[in-house]
Amino acid sequence: MHVPDGFLDAPTSVATGAIAAVGVGVALRRARAELDDRTAPMAGLVAAFVFAGQMINFPVGAGTSGHLLGGALAAVLVGPWTGALCISVVLLVQGLFMADGGLTALGTNITLMALVGCFVGYAVFRLALAVLPRSLGSVPVAAALGALLSVPAAAGVFTLLFAVGGTADVAVGKVLAAMLGWHLVIGVGEAIVTGLVVSAVVASRPDLVHGARGLPRQATLRTGPPDPRTEEARA
Amino acid sequence: MRNRRFLAVGLLVALLLAGVASYYASSHPDGLEYVAERTGFAHSAEDPVDTGSPFADYQTAGVDDERISGGIAGVAGVGLTLLVGGGLFWVLRRRGDASERRD
Repeated sequence: MHVPDGFLDAPTSVATGAIAAVGVGVALRRARAELDDRTAPMAGLVAAFVFAGQMINFPVGAGTSGHLLGGALAAVLVGPWTGALCISVVLLVQGLFMADGGLTALGTNITLMALVGCFVGYAVFRLALAVLPRSLGSVPVAAALGALLSVPAAAGVFTLLFAVGGTADVAVGKVLAAMLGWHLVIGVGEAIVTGLVVSAVVASRPDLVHGARGLPRQATLRTGPPDPRTEEARA
Repeated sequence: MRNRRFLAVGLLVALLLAGVASYYASSHPDGLEYVAERTGFAHSAEDPVDTGSPFADYQTAGVDDERISGGIAGVAGVGLTLLVGGGLFWVLRRRGDASERRD
């Protein structure tokens, strides 16, 4: 979904640049509450992992492909503010070093993939988690739902920007239908990858998953002092 | 899994994805490019600005073998992202373990 230079006119790019700057500015302040000695290295890893994941395009139907956007994934793993910074760093590296995504479109890409991707993904994740059973097993499912909807949401916002400041004279209705249709399918891929990665992290290190905080780690309640025999069996 | 081991495994997976698996990724246009072609605004895209990076288009300048060229670019991208992201988050973090605080 990397928007190249030229799709949107200068005023729209300046506007999305301002939205991205404010968003990243707020995220820089709010992410402090999500980051500590344990989670900061995890957040760096999440950014690197999303960069790698975005290189893996999977085929989607006739002649098109999709790849992980990673907004919902990052938001669930390290928190929405830190997650938005993760995706922004990925987009910055891609724009500066890989010629992927335009430089005047960097604000647009941060707005779509970092802000819309993370916050729509995280909002849907939270809603789903509130409905699903209160257990760790619900976390990957809720993350997948957030991922599924975050992709068409970003596609919808792109179309909105295109309607406001698209440089080509193309009917917006046609663009909207095609963007939403294809990105709902790509969202299915996003959901599968996000669900699998989150379940792998929840299985090995649930304590590192931001979205799993406050959920019971074990099904059993220990009411007395730990029994050395069961502790041994656990180890 | 211990912290260090977990991070090492995660990084290894990222490096393998970017350095090796990416060669086998689909080369079809992504959703936005495809829609732009189909609905007729693909022509409005401008060529990317040359930032002087040797890794434009996920290939390494001067390396002819596409598999190796793409692999180096992928590994470099993961490294750069880890460096920039990890550095930023390390600076931003609050010292200690946030899960032990009440706020």
